[in-house]
Amino acid sequence: MITTLIYSVTGIALFCMGFTALILCSHLLRKILAINFMASGVFLLLITTAYSPDPALLDPVPQAMVLTGIVVSVSTTALALVLACRVQETTGSAVFKRLLPFRKNKGQKD
Amino acid sequence: MSSHNTYPERKNSLALPVILLTSGLFLLLSYTLLSIEQAGGLAAQVQSALPKSGAESPVTAVLLNFRGYDTLLEVMVLFLSILGAWSIGRASLPQALIKTSTIQISCVRLLIPLMILIAFYLVWQGTRFAGGAFQGGSILAAAGVLLLVSDFPKLIQIHSIHLRLGFILGPVTFILIAFYCIFTNKTFMAYPAAIVSQLLLFIEIACAISIGLTLAALFAGGRPAQESSIAQRKGSTL
Repeated sequence: MITTLIYSVTGIALFCMGFTALILCSHLLRKILAINFMASGVFLLLITTAYSPDPALLDPVPQAMVLTGIVVSVSTTALALVLACRVQETTGSAVFKRLLPFRKNKGQKD
Repeated sequence: MSSHNTYPERKNSLALPVILLTSGLFLLLSYTLLSIEQAGGLAAQVQSALPKSGAESPVTAVLLNFRGYDTLLEVMVLFLSILGAWSIGRASLPQALIKTSTIQISCVRLLIPLMILIAFYLVWQGTRFAGGAFQGGSILAAAGVLLLVSDFPKLIQIHSIHLRLGFILGPVTFILIAFYCIFTNKTFMAYPAAIVSQLLLFIEIACAISIGLTLAALFAGGRPAQESSIAQRKGSTL
């Protein structure tokens, strides 16, 4: 019970740390990393619910859901990275703070 | 102008309230976790339905049979992400071939067949033990990434139609089998009991190939750069 609790609370802590970084960091790469942190926290929490001391009672449903989630998380991360690279190429910066007021951008016109 | 390393870290007044709020969220979630009553999970139900599922491993049975919709949609998400990546830009593969060291080339030549073998072994074993389409697919993707970073000369000559066919192989096989079930069992994705394990193996192999190709193509980061020139060359020779 106490082992499960440690893993679950670690999962929640990872989620909250990722959430904090998502709000506070302005670089797009850090935001993507933060979302990955949050996803890892959720996966840890979910996979912990599957645990049981008796091997016959291991719940396969959360395991399958986490397996699905990992693949989805990998593909969304890849798409987000491609988009971030494109933002960097187009605007010359991948820092989110500078992206919002387009007028104040470095005057690159293409 | 690259601002990768030297962007000014925001020193804003927002930091403290945000950290306080997320700490509150942490406490709230932990309290919720403690107050959840243990329901025991679905292990017993899965175990009782396992003989009918066509797979011996309960995780594979849940993935491909009991919760087949999840996996179908997941393969679709993977397909959508490669669709997005290809529509955004071209892969920045080197136009001129870089000289890769002989040791790396020979290592890769030894490793690639071995990795493909292990990938399909994992898919094959997936019905009995841990393993399956995703594990096998990720090893295939690793083989693809290894080829990409080693700059194999043949690789940039692959026409994109082969890649496109590879991407849709998994989703199309899955959907076709799901629709085939309508004709036999009158229900979408209710596999006929006699050939269920063969159908699952078909789906797994097709999905593994698609997942491997898609992940490797996502690593490349866009559609092939030389597509048009190759098409022109083919057109001129015909």
